[in-house]
Amino acid sequence: MDMGFDKQTHILNACLQAGRILIENGSEMARVIDTMQRIAFNAGVKNAQMFVTVTGIVISIDNHPNAQVASIDHRTIDLDKVARVNELSRKFAQREIDLPELVRLLDRIDNETATFPFWIRFLAAAMLSAVLLIIFTHEYVDAPAGFVVGGIGFAIFYFLNHKFKVQFLSEFFASFIIGILAAIAVKIGLGVHFDNIIIGGIMPLVPGVPITNAVRDLVSGNLISGPARAFEALISAVAIAGGIVCVLNFI
Amino acid sequence: MILDNMIFQLIMAYIATICFGIILNIPHQAFNVAGLIGAGSWGIYLAMSHLGVGIAFGNLVAAFLISVASLYAAKYKKMPMMIFNIPSLVSFVPGGQSYQMVRNFAIGNTQTAWSFCAQVIVIAGALAMGFVLGELYHKFSLYFRTNFLRKI
Repeated sequence: MDMGFDKQTHILNACLQAGRILIENGSEMARVIDTMQRIAFNAGVKNAQMFVTVTGIVISIDNHPNAQVASIDHRTIDLDKVARVNELSRKFAQREIDLPELVRLLDRIDNETATFPFWIRFLAAAMLSAVLLIIFTHEYVDAPAGFVVGGIGFAIFYFLNHKFKVQFLSEFFASFIIGILAAIAVKIGLGVHFDNIIIGGIMPLVPGVPITNAVRDLVSGNLISGPARAFEALISAVAIAGGIVCVLNFI
Repeated sequence: MILDNMIFQLIMAYIATICFGIILNIPHQAFNVAGLIGAGSWGIYLAMSHLGVGIAFGNLVAAFLISVASLYAAKYKKMPMMIFNIPSLVSFVPGGQSYQMVRNFAIGNTQTAWSFCAQVIVIAGALAMGFVLGELYHKFSLYFRTNFLRKI
């Protein structure tokens, strides 16, 4: 292959950047590998090897002395970024953008993708709690209490997670406070059933993305990421349950 | 009465799907389709449970339908499949049973807790199995299409 050393390094970096953004924002592994392979292939590298786990990526291409590594320190969930990287990879495959442009746009996705403002997420979490409370328990009396408790619980989780970046502790504290608020709501007469308010309130914290990704990773045969994600979901569930149990002891 | 309740439940599932989508920050072009998938699969699940189908098979069929519908939605909207199937699944999460399991373990009703634990495992397993079958459908349809095209 008569490709310059610098060009190869550029391709490696573009692949790593795309893979890092995908994993950091909650994509499943099959898509990460597929996207990186496509970028490498469309950039002219016919033989790229990669090893992808939830905490790091290793990639090497033929005739290039160095394998490149990217470590992934924190993971959040932002499916909009996943969709944008996907779209970018498709544009690159159709030759609508070239490699420097791809790297520039990937940087832009990483830093400038707009998320919903906090108050919309807050309202969505509150609404989700109230609606799921009605779906699960077929009772309407607790919906207002579920709305308030679920919204506040999600807000606490959101702020703790942004401040300290320890997801499991944030989930523990958020569910602990959800339990206390539910008890208060029953005491002051805003709600009737303590259990139902808690069921609604913890729903915005449920680790839906890790569970789904664990199943899809396991199905695609990725025996490192599948169990790792399942374990992540399990720890989240235990943290949420732990917070609730702490409150139940005082009721 | 049943129909009224059904329509109300469908609207609730639609709202729940969109709200979870906002929390996960899915692209706003996908809201309507994801909501429709969530509401449709919840409706089919409810209809099946009215007909007396058990929770395991009902959840399995619902998860399979979500998986297949998300696949076509992903093709149609040119977005990753997970944008549609993760929010749609939120109404099926065994939240009530998980909570009862934890509560009964905490207050010492181990017998009741284990029975809720079994329900949670059955539902979660059925949902996972439905997703696996959806992936299988995807592989079959790919295989069928390529083979079909090769013959003609």
